[in-house]
Amino acid sequence: MSSVIIYSVVTMSVIAAFAAMILFFVAKKFRVDEDPRIDEVAALLPGANCGGCGYPGCRGMAEALVAAADQGDISSLLCPPGGLDTMSAIAGVLGFAAVTQESTIAVLRCQGSCEHAPSKLTYQGPQKCAVAHVVFAGENGCAYGCLGLGDCVSACKFDALSIDEKTGLPVVDPEKCVSCGACVKACPRHIFEMRPKGRKDRRVWISCMNKERGAVAKKNCAVACIACGKCAKTCPEKIQAITIENNLAYIDTKKCIACGMCVPVCPTGAILATFEPPKPKAKEVAAVQAETADNAAVKG
Amino acid sequence: MSANHKLIVSLSPHEKGQDSTQKIMWTVAIALLPALLAGTWVFGLAALKVTLLAVIFCVGLEYFVQRFMLKTEVTVSDGSAAVTGILLAFNVPAGIPWWQLLVGSIAAIGIAKMTFGGLGKNPLNPALIGRVFMLASFPVHMTTWPVPMQNLLSLGVDGKTSATALGMLKEAKGALSTISLPNHMDLLLGKIGGCIGEISAIAILIGGIILLLRKVITWHIPVFYLSSLFAFTGVLWVMNPGKYADPLFHLLAGGAMLGAWFMATDMVTSPMTVKGQIVFAVLGGVLCGAIRLFGAYPEGCSYSILIMNAFVPLIDKMMKPKAFGKEVNYGGQ
Amino acid sequence: MKLKTFSMGGVHPPENKLSAREPIQALPLPKEVAIPLSQHLGAPAKVVVNKGDAVKVGTLIAKGESFISANIHSSVSGTVQKMDEVMDASGYKKMAVIISVEGDVWEESIDRSPDLKRECKLEPQQIVEKMKEMGIVGLGGATFPTHVKYMMPPGKTADTLVINAVECEPFLTADHRLMLERTQEILVGVEIMMKAAKVDRALIGIEANKPDAIEVMSRALTDFQGIEVIPLKVQYPQGAEKQLIKALLNREIPSGKLPLDVGCVVNNVGTAFAIYEAVQKNKPLIERVVTLTGKNLAKTANFLARTGVMANTMLTALGIDMPADTAKLISGGPMMGKAISSLTIPVTKGTSGIILMDAKEARRHKAQSCIRCGRCITVCPMGLSPYFLKILADKDQFEVCESERITDCIECGSCAYTCLATLPLLDHIRYGKTTVMRLARERSQK
Repeated sequence: MSSVIIYSVVTMSVIAAFAAMILFFVAKKFRVDEDPRIDEVAALLPGANCGGCGYPGCRGMAEALVAAADQGDISSLLCPPGGLDTMSAIAGVLGFAAVTQESTIAVLRCQGSCEHAPSKLTYQGPQKCAVAHVVFAGENGCAYGCLGLGDCVSACKFDALSIDEKTGLPVVDPEKCVSCGACVKACPRHIFEMRPKGRKDRRVWISCMNKERGAVAKKNCAVACIACGKCAKTCPEKIQAITIENNLAYIDTKKCIACGMCVPVCPTGAILATFEPPKPKAKEVAAVQAETADNAAVKG
Repeated sequence: MSANHKLIVSLSPHEKGQDSTQKIMWTVAIALLPALLAGTWVFGLAALKVTLLAVIFCVGLEYFVQRFMLKTEVTVSDGSAAVTGILLAFNVPAGIPWWQLLVGSIAAIGIAKMTFGGLGKNPLNPALIGRVFMLASFPVHMTTWPVPMQNLLSLGVDGKTSATALGMLKEAKGALSTISLPNHMDLLLGKIGGCIGEISAIAILIGGIILLLRKVITWHIPVFYLSSLFAFTGVLWVMNPGKYADPLFHLLAGGAMLGAWFMATDMVTSPMTVKGQIVFAVLGGVLCGAIRLFGAYPEGCSYSILIMNAFVPLIDKMMKPKAFGKEVNYGGQ
Repeated sequence: MKLKTFSMGGVHPPENKLSAREPIQALPLPKEVAIPLSQHLGAPAKVVVNKGDAVKVGTLIAKGESFISANIHSSVSGTVQKMDEVMDASGYKKMAVIISVEGDVWEESIDRSPDLKRECKLEPQQIVEKMKEMGIVGLGGATFPTHVKYMMPPGKTADTLVINAVECEPFLTADHRLMLERTQEILVGVEIMMKAAKVDRALIGIEANKPDAIEVMSRALTDFQGIEVIPLKVQYPQGAEKQLIKALLNREIPSGKLPLDVGCVVNNVGTAFAIYEAVQKNKPLIERVVTLTGKNLAKTANFLARTGVMANTMLTALGIDMPADTAKLISGGPMMGKAISSLTIPVTKGTSGIILMDAKEARRHKAQSCIRCGRCITVCPMGLSPYFLKILADKDQFEVCESERITDCIECGSCAYTCLATLPLLDHIRYGKTTVMRLARERSQK
């Protein structure tokens, strides 16, 4: 065998042995002892690192869960994309009973579409809601309504939001929404809200954020809430889920039973539901319309 | 709302200066006309043909890539591809075959510009990348220069070739007494062999002055590049006039003038601050001289500019303008 | 003779001082005014009148309660109708006091005689009190409550009063006309301000495109001590206070600091006039000169308008209609003013001008790719790199924005004005800047 080969083999072997020794010592000295449960929990999490849980990535959530498990209670933590299945599996690994938290979905509380709230101005500038919000009230004049430039769409990592071309408003895809809350944070006007999906996917909400007086609000948008109070009066006495504050009605999700009786009663159509609401009797409708007309005349 | 329009609402400023990318590109194209005329005068219609082909190829390629490959907005109307085409043509001999020119255009537009994201995003000068690509791929054709002032009306060139001034210099290998270099007047006017656009120093100078007057470029890059080249070659010439050509020769010969006025000043690939531009130009001039005098190639201008292009992000980062208020010049409290 | 100017950056937009020869005319009173409660930087004033109250010109209708706030006085005589939200230049509705106008009765304490009152016997502290009482705010556009500027923190003193008579924005001519027509009053006001700031030197900076004003003001200086008129090169933004101090005194205000940190107090020349009227004539700030202008207007004017009057009454007073081709309305100047959604907004203490732009002028060309020409860096008066700040703000890189000194941006608009690719640089920089400032506030609150 040539001396070159012998020397090469010897040299490389010595280098390899040396390197192996260094690696061994370093691995021992700088070893981080981690609770093995963190790895187990992290494996169960979706791995999307969306931050919807409020922790930095799935690893951060795993660490928080293990820490909470040591404290004795993991019920305050929820991975929205993972959902109840994931949380139950994690609970099992950590030695808890299955977690029960209501699943939620993002809801847009505005109906200021191109048809209902026609644009009176032209906005020129970066197509970002955060910027347009600083410039003016909006092309349709409502200072509380959706600007339609899609900051929410850009923020959604799960492709659950898109701007409807006809209405100019964002639409939530219920199949894809994982309730991470990114859209809620992205919207400069806080129009999105996380509301419970509801039993059998039934939910009702006031689709308006306008806090101006009814007459003023209607000038900009045909389906604005005018705070007439009909919905609050129609809501059954035992439930009382609707409150009127600052010229705006709001349905409390904890109390609402999604009966849908408030929907047809609203004179402007500001209340939306995910199901077909019960038809009110003709007499009731007439009474509501008469009273609404009276109120409008008084308030002026 | 006024009678005719929905009112526009936007953030300030509500006024805009008159300059635009398009206007700049058109001005550069016009400034290149004297050099094109000089090239056509010396090499005939072949030069015009090559230039036109290069423009068509470059514009066509950009259109093709944007419309069919990337499926984004087509921006050929901003004129930048056309200018790249003209500059690419100026860097090749008038006898270059059309298909080699096409390969060069693909390198210039397709590789050097569009792969990086289009206008404004390329780190290296596209025309120079095209030329360098062609030089590496087709060394024979790229160094076969037609004899000047012959066969002016034919669209092709005949087989006879001549050498360029720098080619002669390199061949002499340091024994200047054995060759007769073209004199300065020939170099200035363009009665020499070479690439289409680089031969007439005075035509390029006229173009450069047009750019200065229209405020497309500032004087720093061309002046510092040429001064640095002059100084570098000048020092060596003073030390050994028998071995090195005089600095004025170096300024006028080869692509130094074209490079200093039109290639190094390309906005996209040059530094954004004056301080940075000076550093860029000085180092570029030295590099050009070094490659010419000590390197294997007779001409170093393209490489010097490309190498400095690669340093531009670093130069930009280091040469930021002085912050207002950084220096405390009031101690009255 | 080389004119003084600031050393870095700046642009020169066309001056368009179409109304420079129009003398100041009083705007006729309307039937109703809507006086906003927030006409100044800082907290809105708290209303002190009720529905049905009778008010005269100069009656206090809202009091500034916080440290940075200002009083608001009625600009008309009549009856308070109600409080309501009214659209203003910010693009949003703000609370205002609606007063129906009856006659033009002024408060008895106000001296309405036109004679020049030269002597001021008040002490500096009393002058500052008077500024506060009379609701004086900076009339250059920023509307900072003036009395706060003169309440210097212990340890900080001034040696120079700088009067900003530059009016570098195109189209605006309010300050120009004021200098031509009210020269003596302005100079007495400057004297009073020098007393309040305890300085014996005042520099009045005027851009060289107002040679008549420079002439008139310089000639009047013979009666006054310690005041100088300095002509300045016509360069935007000469009137920005940092650039103005650099041009006049060659002092640079460090990042995040105020003029007082380099020994200066800066005020607009219109504010000097308002201070004269407040201190010598006991007149609160209830009216100001507003330029109505635009290339398409048949007539332009400089109106002395009461606060709360709707801007569209200016067109009516001139007897002209809004040109059919109008596509943009601007409150302020074209470089830093606000685009408004209609002329049915009230004139406030900060309204320096109303500009009507036609479609061609107002049109923003489509933004193209940045070609790294570097002109935005060359023109930035603060030594920033606007192209880089835009990229950072776009990508939400707010920490890097902060380290790149995005908060130093004075929002002058020179970068966007110059950009070859028509990029809306300032829009993005503003987004980055407001987010960085919000994050900094949140950090300091934790």
